Order: sequence, then structure tokens, then C-alpha cells
Amino acid sequence: MGLYKRKSIYINLQRKIMLIILCVAIIPLVSLGETIYYRFARTYGEKIEDQIKYRARSRSDSVEVFLRERTAVLATVVDTHSFGDLKQQENLARMFTAISRRTDGLIDLGVIDSAGQHLAYSGPYNLKGLNYFQQTWFNEVMGKGKYISNVYMGYRQLPHFVIAVRGYSNGRGWILRATVDSDIFNNLVRTAQTGKTGDAYIIDKTGIYQTAPRFSGKILGKSNIPLTLFGQGTTVAEIIKANGKTKHVAGTWLKNNEWLLVITQDVGDEKGGLLTTRNTEIIIIVFGCLAIIMTTFFAMRIIFRRLEETDKGIGELNDQLIQSDKMAALGKMATGIAHEINNPLAVIGEKAGWMRDLLIEEEFQESENYKEYVTSVDKIEEHVEKARKITHNMLGFARKMEHRLDDVDINNVLDQTIELLQSHAQTNNIEISKDLQSELPIIASDQSQLQQVFLNLINNAIDAVEKDGLIEVKTREEDSRIVISIKDNGPGIAEEHLKKIFDPFFTTKETGKGTGLGLSVSYNIIEKLGGTIIAESKLSEGAVFSVKLPIAIPKRK
Amino acid sequence: MDMFRILVVDDEIDFLETIVNRLKKRKLDATGVTSGEEALALLKEQLFDVIILDIKMPGGMDGIETLREIKKIQPLVEVLLLTGHASVETSIEGMRLGAFDYCLKPLKFEELLQKMGAAFEKKSAHDKKIRDAMIQELIRYPSKVFDQD
Repeated sequence: MGLYKRKSIYINLQRKIMLIILCVAIIPLVSLGETIYYRFARTYGEKIEDQIKYRARSRSDSVEVFLRERTAVLATVVDTHSFGDLKQQENLARMFTAISRRTDGLIDLGVIDSAGQHLAYSGPYNLKGLNYFQQTWFNEVMGKGKYISNVYMGYRQLPHFVIAVRGYSNGRGWILRATVDSDIFNNLVRTAQTGKTGDAYIIDKTGIYQTAPRFSGKILGKSNIPLTLFGQGTTVAEIIKANGKTKHVAGTWLKNNEWLLVITQDVGDEKGGLLTTRNTEIIIIVFGCLAIIMTTFFAMRIIFRRLEETDKGIGELNDQLIQSDKMAALGKMATGIAHEINNPLAVIGEKAGWMRDLLIEEEFQESENYKEYVTSVDKIEEHVEKARKITHNMLGFARKMEHRLDDVDINNVLDQTIELLQSHAQTNNIEISKDLQSELPIIASDQSQLQQVFLNLINNAIDAVEKDGLIEVKTREEDSRIVISIKDNGPGIAEEHLKKIFDPFFTTKETGKGTGLGLSVSYNIIEKLGGTIIAESKLSEGAVFSVKLPIAIPKRK
Repeated sequence: MDMFRILVVDDEIDFLETIVNRLKKRKLDATGVTSGEEALALLKEQLFDVIILDIKMPGGMDGIETLREIKKIQPLVEVLLLTGHASVETSIEGMRLGAFDYCLKPLKFEELLQKMGAAFEKKSAHDKKIRDAMIQELIRYPSKVFDQD
């Protein structure tokens, strides 16, 4: 499979796997985050509603208690004192002082007779002598016996409301009336508000403010709260304000459903804590997702890189196998051909010899063409000899080798080989430098064949350099193998040649100067001895041939 | 003067004929056969001194087999093996079976003659030893009659 095709398959696979992992990891994470947040938000919201409901109810209870207490005080006074007494200014004043000492929240006290006439008054205003017969509150209290009014302006032209209790004297009704201290009452209501956006106020059942709201609106103004939202008891609702924000509104009916205590709070205000939680959660999830993505990505990279490396290794192994097979096939072919050719060659050779034998006879020597015959026979024999050398070379390449295992000292073998070639190298001004690791282990191998290989490699190096150069021969022990490298600073080997360099009959020398068998024989020898031989080179950067041999310790004889 | 008798065994007829002719030209007593079976049949009737034997003879007995059988019939005859490839194994086996030497094909005729000469010498020396021993026996035991040929 081509390298590119394999690579694109891998890229696809990589993408698919990443996608799957991300989906499987991230989707549940995000879903979990959302679910938990949603649940949490719901609960949180419910709690907030409960809280505001509770506040409304408890505040309205307080207001009710406040009103009831003051009403009770007045009722007690009415029940325990006579009309005649109280309509005396000084008595009333004394009574009011006593009341003021014991309870706050009332700013004045007044006695009004059955005709609506204000007979006695103790307070800051000038109300004595006024008549209230026409006023709503007067009729209400006369009829009901106890009455708490809504806020109204009245004679004093200030928003206020009164608590009035009716008494009987000589069969006639009379009224004891007190005005509630607005400030105290407003405070009572206002303490229910919280936060920056909270508000608390009372409106009557037509929506008129009975206390001053915190933000828009004022006492006796009209609120635009839809009263239909509020059913019996305490209700909580959400309203969208003019600026788009939502607020919670809790309302409790009090004073016999005449008044509605309203507590409002912006949802944003209340839910501050929730928002922080949500943001934290989002950050955590985002980081979590990032971590998953990064890990997946890098893990994939590593895995696929390994895969590619393994592939490459397999590819190289394959190449080696193919090379070996190639060699074996060629070897077989060479053997076959050589054998086939040898037979006819033998016949030709003998026939030529026979002709030569016959030419010795005298009758032939007298013929005109005698010399021609002789020369021709000579030539035939010469070329048969050439052909013989070639076929024997080919057969030598292919023959099965017998291994003799000697105790081989590689450094020694190299020394000998270099010595053989020293003069040849010196003549061409080529230096052969040796860097042989001392104490190199002695291995069990075939000495003469190794020498053949080294001879071939160093000879090749000399041929490559031609003149004035350097050949470096190095030996090392590495990972239980002996590495012999022969490096030259010749012209180097082109990449397309490098692939074929161990092929039999491949040579870059001119015809007649080399059979192209040297390296393939060497390859064969080293392979059979259990080692490897590789060539590395770049054009104009010389070449390095490395032979690696396993260290097989010779058995003690 | 005894003529050394040579037998050439090779399945390639052109080659065989030429070798035999060249040997005859040099006044040597040479005979040629084209198979191992023929060679053995001949050996049962005639004595030879040197046999030039091709190793690779496809179809029928091959050289090594023939060599084995030859040594059974005439153990004293010297055998020169002809081989088309320098297979060390086959040659060594041949030597172990008693061949004298081997030559590579295509032949260098001079080399063949040299090796034949050496074989002759060895055979002569051996024959002489045997003859001397026989003569000694004869001297000691005059009543015995020997068949020399």
C-alpha cells in the first residue's frame, strides 16, 4: 500500500477516533453540568421564592400586630373611660401622654361626638372644632365600632391614616380617634426590604400606595402592580420590569384584605449567588473539556506516530526481504544460466583445441590461410576463456557457502586487509586511518569470508576516492553487536543508485572494470553470517558502509 | 610398453568425441562412453588406468553414483572428475569417495593432461608395488600362476 494512501487512511482514522472520544467524553460532561445547574437553579429559585414569601408574611403579621395593638389600646380606653371624662381637654391630654409613654406609633388623640364634632384633641395639629360627619371614616367607625382608615390627606393636608374606636354614652355613640405615626409605620413596612433592589410597601385594594415605596411612586400615588396576581394569603409572582429585568413580587393581604403588603426584589439581585455558581461551573466544564481535547489530541498523535514508525519498520523489513528474495532469485537464475552456458562453452573450447591439434599437421601448414586459421583458433580459445571466467564468477556468487566458524578478531582481520591494500592506496595518495576499539570481543565467524567482504568494501572506497583522499575504518561494540564502518570522502552515491547498490551486476564502473558482483556477494556473506550491511551516502559527501555482526562467543574447544 | 588406458564418461557427445580425438592425437589409448551404465558395463570387461568422469549427467546415473560403483568394480582405477561448477561440496564428496582430482568445465586441456599425468604416476607407482609384491610371492611360491593383465 502506498505511503500516501496509508497516511491518509491514518489521518481519517485519527479524526474519527478523536470525534468519537470527544463526543463520548464531552457530551455527558456538558449534559451533567447543565442538568445539575438546572436542578440547582430550580431549587435555588424555589428557595428564594419561599424566602420572599416568608418575609412578606412575617412582615404583614408584624403590621397586623402593630395595628391590633394600637386598636386594643384605644378600645381599652373607650371601655374604661366615659365620654364625659374624655371630652375634657386636660383629661384627654393626660390620657394621651400616658398612652404615648407606654406605646409609640400614635401621634395624636381626639374625641369626636356622634354629630361628628371634634370635641377634644391632643396632638400637634389644630383640629379641635372640626366636623367629620361627612367623612367616610366617621360613618365607617360609627357603623362598625372599630375602624382603621386608609391613608388620606384630611384637614391637615398630609397623608395619614387613623384608628378609631366607637364608644357608647347615654345611648349615643362617640369616637376615640388616633392618628398613626407615619414615620414609624413606614419604617415598620420598609424594614422588610433588602438588598439594592428590594422594596416593601403597602397598597390598598385599588392600588393606591399607603406607604412610600422606595423607588418610583409616592404615598397616595397609583401603583401599577396588577392586583389580580395576588390571591388569598401570600402569593409570589414574577414581573418583568420596564427595563426588561425580572423581579419577584410577594404580596400578602392584611387588614381584612383591604391592604396588600408588597415586597419586591430583582431576580438578579437574589440570584447573585447562583450566577457565581453557574460561572464557576462553566469555567470548570470548559477547562475539563479543554483537558479532554488536549489529552485526546496528544494521545492520538503519539499513538499514530508509533503506528507510523512501526509501519516504517515493517516497510524496511519488507524491503530487506524483497532484496533477499531478489538476490536469491537472481542467484538461482545466474546458476542456471551459468550451467547452461558452460556446456556449450566446453564443447567450443574443445573443438577449438582440436582444430589447433589438427593444424599441427603439415598439410594444413602449407595452406594459404594457415596463419588465419591459427589466429582464429587462438581468438576462439581466448574468448572461451573470458566467457569461462564470467560463468565461474557467476557461479561463485551463487554457490552455497560452507561456513567455517573460526575465532575471529575483527580488528586483526581489518589490519591484514588494510595492509594488503596499503601500497595501492599510498600510490594514489589516499590515507587509510584506523579507529579500532581496543578489547573488541572475539567472535565466532568465517574469517576468510569476512576478509573478502572487508577487502571488497575498502577497495570500493579506494576506487571511489581515486586520488588524494581519506578512508576511515572504525570498529565499535554497540548493543551486543560489532559495528565496522568504512567511510570515504569520495564523490558519494546518488540516491537512486543507493537503492540498487547491493543488487548483483549493478555497477557504476565502466564495462570491463567491474562485474557489479562485489557488493552483492558481500551482502550475501554478511547476511549468512547473521549480520547486516547498510550503505549511507549523499552526493559530494562521501559514503559510509556499515557492517554489523552479532557477537557470538566462540565455544571453548 | 604398456599404454595407459583412458576412459572418458560424458553425456555431451560433441564434447566426448572431441576429447577422445584429442587424446588419441597424442597417442593415448582413449575410449568414450556417454553414460555411467555404459561405463560400468565396460569396466567389467576391460581394465582402465584413468577414468575422466563428468559429474553432472542428467538422466540415469549421475557422476557421484557412477564413481561409487566404479570403485567397487575396479578400486585401483584413478578417477578425474569433470565439473561445470566449483561446488565445493560435490568435489569434496568426490574426493572422499576416492576421486583423484577434479577439473572445471570448460576445460583447460593442458591442465587435464597435467592431472592425468599425475594420476598415471600414482597408478604406476601403485602398479609397480603390486607387481613387485607379486614377484616376491612368485619367488616364494613358484607354483602359483598369476594373471597379469
